[in-house]
Amino acid sequence: MTLLAVENLTVTRGGLPVLEGLGFTLAAGHALVLRGPNGIGKTTLLRTLAGLQPALTGSISIPPETMAYAAHADGLKSTLSVTENLRFWASVYGTGPIDHALDRMNLRQLAERPAMSLSAGQKRRLGLARLLVTGRPVWVLDEPTVSLDAASVALFADAVRDHLAKGGAALMATHIDLGLHEAAVLDLTPFKALPPEEGGYKGSFDEAFT
Amino acid sequence: MIALLLRDLRLAVRAGGGFGLGLAFFLIVVTLVPFGVGPEGNVLARIATGVLWLGALLACLLSLDRIFALDFEDGSLDLLATAPVPLEGVVTIKALAHWITTGLPLVLAAPVFGVLLHLPGPAYFWLVVSLLLGTPALSVLGAFGAALTVGLKRGGLLLSLLVLPLYVPTLIFGAELVKRGASGMDTQMPLLMLAGITAATIAVVPFASAAAIRVNLR
Repeated sequence: MTLLAVENLTVTRGGLPVLEGLGFTLAAGHALVLRGPNGIGKTTLLRTLAGLQPALTGSISIPPETMAYAAHADGLKSTLSVTENLRFWASVYGTGPIDHALDRMNLRQLAERPAMSLSAGQKRRLGLARLLVTGRPVWVLDEPTVSLDAASVALFADAVRDHLAKGGAALMATHIDLGLHEAAVLDLTPFKALPPEEGGYKGSFDEAFT
Repeated sequence: MIALLLRDLRLAVRAGGGFGLGLAFFLIVVTLVPFGVGPEGNVLARIATGVLWLGALLACLLSLDRIFALDFEDGSLDLLATAPVPLEGVVTIKALAHWITTGLPLVLAAPVFGVLLHLPGPAYFWLVVSLLLGTPALSVLGAFGAALTVGLKRGGLLLSLLVLPLYVPTLIFGAELVKRGASGMDTQMPLLMLAGITAATIAVVPFASAAAIRVNLR
């Protein structure tokens, strides 16, 4: 079953196209890793898929209320405890207990600690635990392994593997190899938009009012 | 939505949350006035309504940039915008949390501060009524200004410039209600105008605020 289908997509940053003619599908049980040099538009693409910014052309098909997005910033409140942070997002997504997320990301020992006292890697793990409490099948992840040590990367890879095994799907931009054999790799370099002087898009695209 | 309200209230009362900041500012403004205009009771009584309303308005302004800026900085706003909650609801709830932590304490403290300014006896009731009716509009309009400036570095001054003109009708009718009430005149017109402004603000402005946030998140 296809959970995410993208056709002929052009995404823009600062009013200029960065990626164009992009198309792919993501089926249940599959993961897609986006690769490409810095600045090619991985974050812009993920933000567009998450609905945070409009696409210039093309279509994005995803069933409603199936996506969970994790950005560079984890969205954690430093004065709230690990449990309070997770409970908040569980309430927002209308899901129940958070115990499985605490155990899965090895946060049980830190459950009552305020987020401000966590290390960068522990905060990242808490940010990823948030994904588990959303209950959403499609994960859209921007650099999910930043600040994680090798053991935490393996923990995260296991969580993704479990998610895929349960019929979920994951789209992620990452520079490291997670060791996920289920994951396909999409190199974004061929989809880099041409600059206007080389025949690329010349129109004006006002991001604010579309 | 309830979870968001509870989270914002919890954040406000914890260390660094800024709870009480507006109230302390209000107290300082009210205390400074007699130093500036002199301690004569009749002079203070004449200007008390205006000073109290202006002080409440400025105290409210002080904490506006925190409504969305902190969520923007830590990435929560992105995540809330992609969560299964309408952004208009998020804006309304965050304005409500701002009112509970800033506006409501001002309403409750205003009569006490009125004593410092020799506020005439009959004015106390109308001061509380006018602030109770008017301060929700200040929070909702402030949330609109905060939404417009979210993501801007040092947007606080711009926020004040944007929001203060929008506060003028609330200030005029709020202060007028107290003045009329204190002097035994008919209060129906300013009362209805103030209630109408607040009702219309709550009904319409969150949509504009949500649109502003969507644009600023791009």
